[in-house]
Amino acid sequence: MKFSENWLRELVEIKADRAALAHALTMAGLEVEELTVLGEGLAGVVVAEIVAAEKHPEADRLQVCKVDAGQGELLQIVCGAPNARVGIKVPLATVGASLPGGMAIKAAKLRGVESFGMLCSAKELGVDADASGLLELPLDAPVGQSLAEYLGLPDASIELKLTPNRPDCLGLIGLAHDVAALFGSAVKVPVQAAAPVTVQAKRGIRLQAGKDAPRYLGRMVEGIDPAARTPLWLTERLRRAGLRPISAVVDITNYVMLELGQPLHAFDNDALQGDIVVRHAGAGETLKLLDGSEAKLDEGFMLIADEHKALAVAGVMGGFDSRVTDATRNIFLESAHFAPAAIMGRARKLGMHTDASHRFERGVDPELPRRALERATELLLSIAGGHAGPVLVAENLADLPKPAAVKLRRARLKRVLGVDVADAEVARIFTALGMQVETHADGWQITAPSSRFDIEREEDLIEEVARIFGYDNIPTRTPTGALTLTIEPEGRINELALREQLAARGYYEAVNLSFVAAELLTRWNFTERLVPLANPLSADLAVMRPSLLPGLIEALRHNRARQQERIRLFEVARVFAEGNPPVETPSLAIVACGNAHAEQWGEASRALDFHDIKGDFDALIAWGGEPQRWSVHSDGLPGWLHPGRGARVARDGETVGYLGALHPQLAKALDLGADVHVLEIALEPLLARRLPQAQAVPRFPMVRRDIAMDLPEEVSWSQVEQTVRDSLGDRLKELQLFDRYSGKGVEVGRKSLAMGLILQDASRTLTDDDADRCVREAIAALEQTCKAKLRG
Amino acid sequence: MDDLESRAAQALAEVEKADTLEALDALRVGLLGKSGIITAALKALGALAPDERKARGAEVNRVKDRLADALAVRKQTLEQAELDRRLASEKLDISLPGRDGERGGIHPITRALERIASIFARLGYQRADGPEIEDDWHNFEALNFPPHHPARAMHDTFYFGDGRLLRTHTSPVQIRAMQGRQPPIRIIAPGKVYRSDSDQTHSPMFHQIEGLLVDETSSFADLKGTLAEFIRAFFERDFEMRFRPSYFPFTEPSAEVDIRWDAEDGSTRWLEVLGCGMVHPNVLANCGIDPERYTGFAFGLGVERFAMLRYGVSDLRAFFENDLRFLKQFA
Repeated sequence: MKFSENWLRELVEIKADRAALAHALTMAGLEVEELTVLGEGLAGVVVAEIVAAEKHPEADRLQVCKVDAGQGELLQIVCGAPNARVGIKVPLATVGASLPGGMAIKAAKLRGVESFGMLCSAKELGVDADASGLLELPLDAPVGQSLAEYLGLPDASIELKLTPNRPDCLGLIGLAHDVAALFGSAVKVPVQAAAPVTVQAKRGIRLQAGKDAPRYLGRMVEGIDPAARTPLWLTERLRRAGLRPISAVVDITNYVMLELGQPLHAFDNDALQGDIVVRHAGAGETLKLLDGSEAKLDEGFMLIADEHKALAVAGVMGGFDSRVTDATRNIFLESAHFAPAAIMGRARKLGMHTDASHRFERGVDPELPRRALERATELLLSIAGGHAGPVLVAENLADLPKPAAVKLRRARLKRVLGVDVADAEVARIFTALGMQVETHADGWQITAPSSRFDIEREEDLIEEVARIFGYDNIPTRTPTGALTLTIEPEGRINELALREQLAARGYYEAVNLSFVAAELLTRWNFTERLVPLANPLSADLAVMRPSLLPGLIEALRHNRARQQERIRLFEVARVFAEGNPPVETPSLAIVACGNAHAEQWGEASRALDFHDIKGDFDALIAWGGEPQRWSVHSDGLPGWLHPGRGARVARDGETVGYLGALHPQLAKALDLGADVHVLEIALEPLLARRLPQAQAVPRFPMVRRDIAMDLPEEVSWSQVEQTVRDSLGDRLKELQLFDRYSGKGVEVGRKSLAMGLILQDASRTLTDDDADRCVREAIAALEQTCKAKLRG
Repeated sequence: MDDLESRAAQALAEVEKADTLEALDALRVGLLGKSGIITAALKALGALAPDERKARGAEVNRVKDRLADALAVRKQTLEQAELDRRLASEKLDISLPGRDGERGGIHPITRALERIASIFARLGYQRADGPEIEDDWHNFEALNFPPHHPARAMHDTFYFGDGRLLRTHTSPVQIRAMQGRQPPIRIIAPGKVYRSDSDQTHSPMFHQIEGLLVDETSSFADLKGTLAEFIRAFFERDFEMRFRPSYFPFTEPSAEVDIRWDAEDGSTRWLEVLGCGMVHPNVLANCGIDPERYTGFAFGLGVERFAMLRYGVSDLRAFFENDLRFLKQFA
């Protein structure tokens, strides 16, 4: 809602300057979003008429004008504006004036010709942004009058960011009531006189939309002057409210809407046939609207129609064929009340937003239509002439919203706000807001005016008291309450601590959008159980991500393209899968590329490989204290993993994630190398932690024996480990693999694994003989199960 | 006798000149060892008369002590010199970078979010969560947004084919936390939220934190106090604050909170940092809580806004680009 400050001040006395007014509005919940000061510092600028204009002898673009500024003799002014011509009235900054931009006007010679002042554009005067030429004033502007006086300047254009609960402030009268309450003054509303009815022009009105349109008023005005011009005071107010003047009839309906908050519509009466019918649209019905668009309607829309055709989408926009044109002499004015629920969302559905729909869907005072109709008639007759017919009324009183009396308990007011507001102040606030106040023993009974759609229950009244009393005047208190401790389960690792662990391992946390391009998912071969958005912003942001990796790899590529070689990123977020309801699973993913370690002067650098990521995985699961519940498997890998350098991760046998190198084909498609490794594991299993149960520290020493075994290549370390463990049982404390070798000295297809057996017995010190026996048993088991040979 | 004295004098001079531990040890053997001069002198005592033996014995022992002392002193000197040499030879360039010192960092949004959540955790607010894919009832209807209400137009919503939507705020977590539970309730609900809006100052995904307190005594004054404390705790300084009346369907009275922020040019301006209000009785009733017996307040804030202010980030989009040159600034 944008309006002229001077206009508001005409409707209500405001004992405050502009800044104080703006502050008071903001602090009353009517936030001032923008305040533009107009036409300040215009002393010395007057209305002048160009009476002669000749080309400048020395300059093609300049004219030498003779100007009448009411000073008795004509002034010579050199002017470069393209629209400067004889007969127009324009603002003249006289010698001695200084303009808002800081320019001081002096007598000067321009290319050798004397000039005594400057003819101005709207921008130079600070009254509008238009700098295309001189500000042309109406031809009846009085020559010599101060421009500020003539235009009602200075003024300010104030734009409010109104919340949806305050449609009453979408008209200046409603706003004036709030301002009156804030400043303890009264609204100056003249009683609206009925326009004289001079012609018996009538048209029937049929209400066929039930509760959706309980009141419809209309009136014919015949014989208006289609060429009538809107007076300057009115167009200025429209402009300062952000509306462009269009034609007298449209300007008047807009003006009344701004003043009272009631949207009006004017039809070309000659385009109507028979009665006005207010009805719902039929399925598939269409209507060409004022803006030229074709509205496709359904039963959810309400129409204003005549006996043969649709004329307008009720509460949204008029139709093209019944619009008022510059040839229209007879008009039909509409002023109606539509139920908010019948208008809500309709404009949006048509892809539009109009001043009328904005107001109707929030709620317009049902008592306004007659007043607005009379006000518009009054303005129309005075500006465009014509003869008004009688006010035509169709209404269904039972369906009109009725202001309900709402109770406010004194104790509840105090309980909710935490402050005592004096009884007299409460009564003053409601009275000033135009509400009827009845005092009871325990509080008040309040009846709101019909314009206040937001007053329905006690809390609405409490808010009104708080708003006008001032939030600043409510004390600031620290809440008290029971000191209940919340229990943090020790069996669950804190998510932040997990993130910090990854940061400690060199990873930076990334945050990607939750939606990705369908095409990217296809590339990764994620095709099942996807959750696509119905209305994505773009194709790139169309599907809820089924995995964190595609987005995270895109982030890796972003950094690769920016000279980053060694990249470590992780992300913790939810992934999505189809379901009812859709399945959201918190997930952790990491991506890495480049060297295994940052370049270091004393160490040879080496490319990242599978076992680096495996090390991250080992560290992640070690934290939960139960690595034995985890296992990695080389089968059942997804297509995006390298089949020989990927692992499926399970916890208690259930697959919870994957890790490894990207499949070379995918890596190539993404323009990445073989060094890119990834991991993604469901978050919850990673957060599970064992509550430690301490065991006695062993009392007897450990013994270590090293062996090197020659094994077929396909025997995995986990098989070796399992075999040794099975054969030695509790005596084996640890099995440490310290070398893996294949090449010279080892047959092709075989490898050498060197391992340390760390042995210990809980009940006695192991002798050398005991240790040797263990080694023999382990070797025998490996020979038998793993086709191993002891290396010489 | 004179012979021993002169030999001893000579030996002492040699000890002083010995410049390695090995040379010194050779001298020690020659003087005090089994076949050394002292041992020989002591052995020779047996041939003397008893009274002469005693005097001579004492004299030999004095010489022995002098030699032993001299050897010990020299040994210590040589050892110290050797240690000094070794230490000098082992000197490193300690300014060379260490090994494996690299580390990463957590994202500034996580950092700000966790800081906020932990402030409220210290006040006894428990963390709560809900789905990001919500239904209309939890995201709107239960929060007192009727269908098609203009307030919904302020939430540009992403929808799914089945009518579900991406939550537009963390407020539905209020509903989930209150359902099937009775006050006192104190929860803090951080999480991702979505609006179909994308430009320089809007990201289609961003992070919010919702706070809710419901009990038998809380008022708007307590809400003001709580948020004032929070702002002070988060920024570690005092701000001029103001509560401005506003409108959210699920709170009444509602407020937006501004803080007086110092601009780069030295001026100050009001900056909106969060929205809040007293929980609307309809919302309590929707969750099975008696609005006559209980009152409460709720607040919601944008984590990105707080992270931007706290860490001097001027472009919202930087949070989601994941550029390491940006992320490394928060390590």
